[in-house]
Amino acid sequence: MFNILSEPFSWINLLVIILVAAAVLGIVLVFVMYAIYFERKVIGWMQVRNGPNRVGPWGLMQTMADVFKLLIKEDIVPAKVDKFLFLIAPIIAYTPAFAIIAVIPYSQKIYFADVNVGLLYYGALSSITITGILLGGWASNNKYAIMGGMRSVAQMVSYEVPLIMSFLGVVLLTGSLNLREIVQAQQEGMWFIVPQFLGFVIFLIAGNAELNRTPFDLPEAENELVAGYFVEYSGFRFAFFMLTEYVYIFAMASLMTVMFLGGWDAPFEFLEFIPGIVWFFLKFLLLVFYLFWVRATFPRVRTDQLMGFAWKVLIPLALLNVMLTALFKTLF
Amino acid sequence: MALRTEEMLLNVGPQHPSTHGVFRLVVKVDGETIKEAIPVVGYLHRGTEKLAEDLTYTQIIPYTDRLDYLSSMLNNYALVQAVETLMGIQVPERAEFLRVIAMELNRIASHLVWWGTAILDLGATSPFIYAFRDREMIVNLLNELSGARLTFNYMRVGGVKWDAPKGWINKVSEFLPHMRKSLKEYHKLVTGNEIFLGRVKNIGVYDGETAKNYSLSGPTLRGSNVKYDIRKNQPYSIYERFDFDIPTGEDGDVYDRYMVRMKEMEQSIRILEQAVEQFPDQGEIMAKVPKIIKAPEGEVYTRMETSKGELGVHLVSKGKDKPYRLHLRRPSFINLQILPELLLGRSMADIPAILGAIDIVLGEVDA
Repeated sequence: MFNILSEPFSWINLLVIILVAAAVLGIVLVFVMYAIYFERKVIGWMQVRNGPNRVGPWGLMQTMADVFKLLIKEDIVPAKVDKFLFLIAPIIAYTPAFAIIAVIPYSQKIYFADVNVGLLYYGALSSITITGILLGGWASNNKYAIMGGMRSVAQMVSYEVPLIMSFLGVVLLTGSLNLREIVQAQQEGMWFIVPQFLGFVIFLIAGNAELNRTPFDLPEAENELVAGYFVEYSGFRFAFFMLTEYVYIFAMASLMTVMFLGGWDAPFEFLEFIPGIVWFFLKFLLLVFYLFWVRATFPRVRTDQLMGFAWKVLIPLALLNVMLTALFKTLF
Repeated sequence: MALRTEEMLLNVGPQHPSTHGVFRLVVKVDGETIKEAIPVVGYLHRGTEKLAEDLTYTQIIPYTDRLDYLSSMLNNYALVQAVETLMGIQVPERAEFLRVIAMELNRIASHLVWWGTAILDLGATSPFIYAFRDREMIVNLLNELSGARLTFNYMRVGGVKWDAPKGWINKVSEFLPHMRKSLKEYHKLVTGNEIFLGRVKNIGVYDGETAKNYSLSGPTLRGSNVKYDIRKNQPYSIYERFDFDIPTGEDGDVYDRYMVRMKEMEQSIRILEQAVEQFPDQGEIMAKVPKIIKAPEGEVYTRMETSKGELGVHLVSKGKDKPYRLHLRRPSFINLQILPELLLGRSMADIPAILGAIDIVLGEVDA
């Protein structure tokens, strides 16, 4: 859509980039707002409740009210925290979450940056968030927070490995790290969920763990650690951590759609009159729903089980997947 | 260079989401491994035993409601049973039936709360709501019977306060098949779940001998393969008329205690089905008791099986209308004593699993 990134620098270009970034931020915020609403409704229905239904028609303004409440709260910085780190930790956690959105292609024409190493960019940036979480836990000077922070480091470092390795099968098949080219390869052939089913399952599980969501929500296990790494945070700094979590849901579900479910590609040829963006969002919503569904169903795993599962099951499986894909590619 | 590490002293509670009230646990952790755990109780101590010395017998009954507030009916019975034994009162049959029905309904309700919260402590949110949905039906039934939803204050020395309203027995018998169906649903939702099994199997293991040495009772004892239930071993009220089993576990881990409670709910349904069947159409609900209840001089210890274990009442009377001394053997308090031993060497994540399987109610621990 924009070739500005490759053009020489000018103030007008910078202004355009800032405006576009603000627009993306707006879209993401609206998504987060309604993802939270959707989650609360879905889980409510699964749990014989109604979910939010008071603020606005069908409770549609509930999250807006919640966010507004968080924003007008006093910004509490506890006395014994490491002040500088405590203040910037939510920003460090949030910025990469927002930055990775840029490389996702939503349809043939709607994308923000056409980066040739899109996948690498995603993997590299998303692991910076963990620094913010660890800093938040450390700077809080709270025992529960530091335990939550340590847990999340252990968890994210372990699950990053199978997550990135499950990318490799797709990369081998397309020969490109560019997300648009990955979708185009699927448009010509079949969706990668078929030849890369093992990779898809590994991605689904490891992605869930990366998102710190049930059954892998150990860093914020409220039953042991009260709230984990953000126990001392309140007001809009707390909102930033929550925002990070939901933006990652957005990013992870988008990436999964692009890599395994054919992105904006219609499932059948006679359905191609429906715009690609609609297909993208349908697939995307299915994956988001899956995450909420799992949250309503499963208990939480224990730290040692979590690590054992990553290193003993997921990583060997991911390696096997890479090897099989390579073999398949060479032989046929 | 060796990394310098140190143990961390962590205060779990008294305000903590999984200690179910104001229970405090001081744990020394090395990383996430527990090196020492010291339970601190007493935040909810109200001196029930001392207060009882200044109250007439009827006035003590509401205080027993507030011991294990999840099974008030059973606590009511523990007190009136002691006074009735000391006074030698014969309770009318219809009253006994009403008591048994109320008690067994309350036992199911108490186990439901345990089921919901124990699974919630493992991180699954939905079972909690399902448990409370079904508990609500029981609470409504008991509300119709006694006029209260939690602190029933239903039983009196010599019988019960209110007769069953018209059609109430039918409502109970309609509820039972629903509860059976719900139990199946619970098993489907939770019991076979691989993550759940990973969290509860081989955790918090102790054998029957240890359990007896710690004087554990109720499901915490039966989970370790000790077949001991006061309703069978020393029947009180009219329990010998009913046909039911005592479920026991094999290995004495958290999973076995879980299964024992789940099976106990089924047995309670069995008792209720028989009780509803045999319920007498007519009859008194109160025995002939004097207006002012004065227990004769003497001493008595009676016990019963609550949802938590053996609730004993030691009553010393000097012939007045108030007890000279009332001691309560509270199962939650005694079952809790094994906690430090079970937590040793486990990880932080096992605290909610092990504590949940003991099933304490702080009102009873601190009395």
